[in-house]
Amino acid sequence: MKDIFAVLFECLKEEQPVAIATVIELASAPEGSTGELPSLGATILFGPSRGAIGSFASGALDRVVLRDIEAALDTGQSASRHYGSGGEIGLNDVTVFIDVYSPPPRMIILGAVDFTRALVKVAKVLGYRVTVCDARPVFATKKRFPEADEVIAKWPDKYLATVADQLGPLDAICVLTHDHKFDVPAIVSAIGTHVGYLGAMGSRKTHAERVVRLIEAGVDPARIHAIMAPIGINIGARTPEETAISICAEIIALREHVKVNSLRDDPGPIHKVTT
Amino acid sequence: MKELLGDVERWRQNGQRVVLARVVGVLGSGPREPGAAMAVSESGEVTGSVSGGCVEGAVVTEALEVIETGEAKLCTFGYSDDDAFAVGLTCGGTVQIFLERLEP
Repeated sequence: MKDIFAVLFECLKEEQPVAIATVIELASAPEGSTGELPSLGATILFGPSRGAIGSFASGALDRVVLRDIEAALDTGQSASRHYGSGGEIGLNDVTVFIDVYSPPPRMIILGAVDFTRALVKVAKVLGYRVTVCDARPVFATKKRFPEADEVIAKWPDKYLATVADQLGPLDAICVLTHDHKFDVPAIVSAIGTHVGYLGAMGSRKTHAERVVRLIEAGVDPARIHAIMAPIGINIGARTPEETAISICAEIIALREHVKVNSLRDDPGPIHKVTT
Repeated sequence: MKELLGDVERWRQNGQRVVLARVVGVLGSGPREPGAAMAVSESGEVTGSVSGGCVEGAVVTEALEVIETGEAKLCTFGYSDDDAFAVGLTCGGTVQIFLERLEP
């Protein structure tokens, strides 16, 4: 029966969404009498690519739990739930923990520059699946970004078009080229995706020019505020590594709706003026 | 869980029994969310974590017992626990941990 864990481990390695429901507590005096009680530790696994494996004691309970597993896969939240022995809601006979494993969020870094390697490393620490994409094959090499999950030599806008429909609110796009030729088409594509974070590197002056070009390229002026630029929060970052930390801190804060000192909203120079 | 895979699979390949301990509930302030996991091998090796280091020692003790009995178990750790477990979270929260044995 515990071979369910072997299946779970396979799904985790293949980065497939999967959830397991485990009976973690049974009432000593069950209120509902419609079904037999499952045993403590009984497990059902469900993954869209695997179907359902395992069963509790009652088919009625299985059906209700499977429905809740599917809902949990959508929200990505692991939590405990209570049921009657026949799957009744509002009873407390069986407590089931539904543990959800979502595939890792994605970070797409456009631009294979110095800052990219540091950002790849920090993003990997945070559990992102990281793609580096740059139009210049000389720079977009696996050798320069060994920690990246994939390195793609393609025009960023062309690449984004191939993955746009897979991106969601937990994913991030960071545009690090700060060269209008590459940035503008990349941001035009990125702004049309559903990513939770879109940041673009460059000074305030660079970004002001970029905004003019983006609007010329057809971006709705109301959407310009969706771009975190200059990228990152103001922690006085100096090195590529420190900048990577400032970018990732901004991504986390935006995801959690926590107010932080984003460089976008903070007046003044993005690099401390040294005298 | 994914970060435990390397260790857990190695232990199982060596024929060791393994107990998996998962956070299944957090009340009040808790350092790790439901789903956080650690695993303990029968030789007492540990991988992963279920708190900020506050209850791991007690979880290992429970896990070594589950390795012997094979009986899954729900444990509660925290100051607000009436059963007065000796181990609490310094942050004042309560954490529920489910332990179960994986077969080698």
